[in-house]
Order: sequence, then structure tokens, then C-alpha cells
Amino acid sequence: MGPLIPQGIIPMGWDFVIALLIGIAFGFILEASGFSSSRNITGVFYGYNFVVLRVFFTAVVVAMIGLQYFDYFGWLDLNQIYVLPTFLSPMIVGAVIMGVGFIIGGFCPGTSYTAIAIGKIDAMVFTGGLFLGIFLFSEFFPFFEQFYYSDNMGNITIGEFLGISNLMFTMIFTAIAVIAFYVTWLIEKRVRKNHEEYKF
Amino acid sequence: MNQIINSSDRPRYINPYFGGVLLGLLLLLTFYITGRGLGASGAIKSAVVTTVDKVAPQHAESNTYMKSFISDDHSPMYNWLVFESFGVFIGGLLSGALFGRIKKLRIEKSPKISNKTRLIAAGIGGVLFGIGSQFGRGCSSGAALAGTASLSFGGLVVMLFMFGTGYAVAYFFRKLWI
Repeated sequence: MGPLIPQGIIPMGWDFVIALLIGIAFGFILEASGFSSSRNITGVFYGYNFVVLRVFFTAVVVAMIGLQYFDYFGWLDLNQIYVLPTFLSPMIVGAVIMGVGFIIGGFCPGTSYTAIAIGKIDAMVFTGGLFLGIFLFSEFFPFFEQFYYSDNMGNITIGEFLGISNLMFTMIFTAIAVIAFYVTWLIEKRVRKNHEEYKF
Repeated sequence: MNQIINSSDRPRYINPYFGGVLLGLLLLLTFYITGRGLGASGAIKSAVVTTVDKVAPQHAESNTYMKSFISDDHSPMYNWLVFESFGVFIGGLLSGALFGRIKKLRIEKSPKISNKTRLIAAGIGGVLFGIGSQFGRGCSSGAALAGTASLSFGGLVVMLFMFGTGYAVAYFFRKLWI
């Protein structure tokens, strides 16, 4: 029964080997899907290319449903899974800053690594910016330390917050994703008609 | 510029839904094996802490944020996300090689802007993403993707506000892209 490493079924010594292998698969999928191109990625915000939405929503739905089934079959103890804790206001602020960074920079951290791999100079600069940004955050941390730890809601799940079961939320999210796939397909068709092809 | 690029010249990418299924299965496998999801920004954080710790150890020790990632037994680089992110780079290299996308160093941008503008924008975007990912407890991978899939409320919040903000400000930065 999983998770395998925390349960000691796979020894800890394999942890970093597995990290590297999982990373390779992750990078391969990102690059093969077209995420090494910033103009592919930002297409999601201008309607000419919804690849980000398709890959992202499909992945979330597959993993979300998979986790529930693994738990149901007794293969994986969901109580031992890491649930990212929620610090509501700082996380909203962080996400807003990231959203602006996304539009200006055209990458997110993971995708910039794959773009560096195929030779994009803009991705190297973006990653340099990440380094500088995290450094600045650390340096000025004392000024907003209190805010950073504020609004701590603990490891709350979506279902707990909404007052519905997580299974119900999974179903709702899946339905939203399917609708989004259809609607964005319509939008993309319309936008591309008036849009010049772009070079990658 | 109005010329439509021949479809055979277009880069070949895998079907996005197929890519999504693969990514979802990988994420599921990662949870099954390690009990945690994927990530990306954490590796840069480790690099920042390691650099500051090497250059100015006392300064790193006195910083309440960096201090929490420093341990006496091993370097901050001895971290799951560092190995994973190195893998992401190799994976990108493999896919790029397979599909013929590894070319000489180049800058990708809208024809409406100069190389300099693109690089400045990429740098600013990176800085903002770096700062935001610390407040957000992760970036698009760790918080939005893995967080939402594992039904973390915070993960969903990060996903909604990150993409929501992107749409809200997209109009003002359209020249960078279209």
C-alpha cells in the first residue's frame, strides 16, 4: 500500500534516483506538449492556442480521479499524502504576482527549464530572474514575515472548504474541464481565422 | 509576415490531451511513490539558499527564511526537487532531440518587439514568478497542478488567481505576444 517511500516499501536511498527519473519524464512531457515555447504558452491568454489549458486540466483531472480510485481500492492511503497547506491571503497575493509574471515572462519555472534545454535565451534570462526574485524575497522576508504566515487554514481540502465531499468536487471539476475543452476549442477556431501563424 | 508557414515546417507536438493524460499519470505515480507531487520553483530556492550560504554564511544564518532550509548534515542542494528539476532539464533535452527542436541559441518573441524588450520582459517575469512562488507556496507545478490534484484548497486558489490575473492583465501586455 502506498505511498511507497514514506511507508518504507522502497528504501529512502532510492529517493533521489526516483526524483531524477520522474523529473526526466516530467520534462519530456512538458517539452513534447509544446511548453518549451513561450508563445505557445501565452496563447492561452489570447485565445490563439489553448494547449496549456488542455494539458493542465487533463492532467489535474486524471491525477485527481486516479488518487480517489487508488484510495478506494486501498492502494494508496490519502491520509499520508502531502496536502499543500493553505495560507489564504499570502497565497492569493503570490498567485496574482505569478499571474503578472506569467504574462510578462511567458514561462513558468518548470517550462523554462525545458526551454533552456532546447536553446532559448529568453528562458535562461527568465530562470535568472527566478533566482533573483527568490533572493529578493528572502532578503526582505523580515518585512513581510507576519503576512507570510497569516491566514493559516492548515491542510484544508477543497471539499472541506466548500462543505461538499471531495468526490463530489472531483466530479464538478471534471465537468467544468470538459466544458472548458469544448468552449476553448470554439474560441480557438474563431481567433485563428483572423490570426497570422506565428513562428516558434 | 502574412505568409502562412507551411504546415510541414510547424513544430510537431504531441496531442495536448494525450500529453495531459501522460502528465496526470506521472503525477499520480509520483504521489503513489513519494507521497508528494511534482514541483519546479523549489530547486531555484535551494540554489539561492546554497549560494548565499556559501558566499555569506553568517548572513544566511541570520535570515529567518533561508535559515529554515539550511541543515548541518547536508547542502540545501541535497533536495528532492533539485534532482527532479535537473531531470526536467534532461527530459526537455531528450524530447527536443527526438523532435528536432534543439537548435542554436535563440530568442523567441513577437515580431513587434525587439530582442532587448523580450529579454527584459523575460527577466522581469522571472523575478515576479520567483517572488510570487514563495508567497504562493509553490508555482504552477507544486501549487496549481499538484496542489489542486491532491485537493488542496490552497492549490486551487493559486491556480484560479494565477490564471485569472493572467487574463485580467493580458490586454496590457499583448504587444509582447501577438
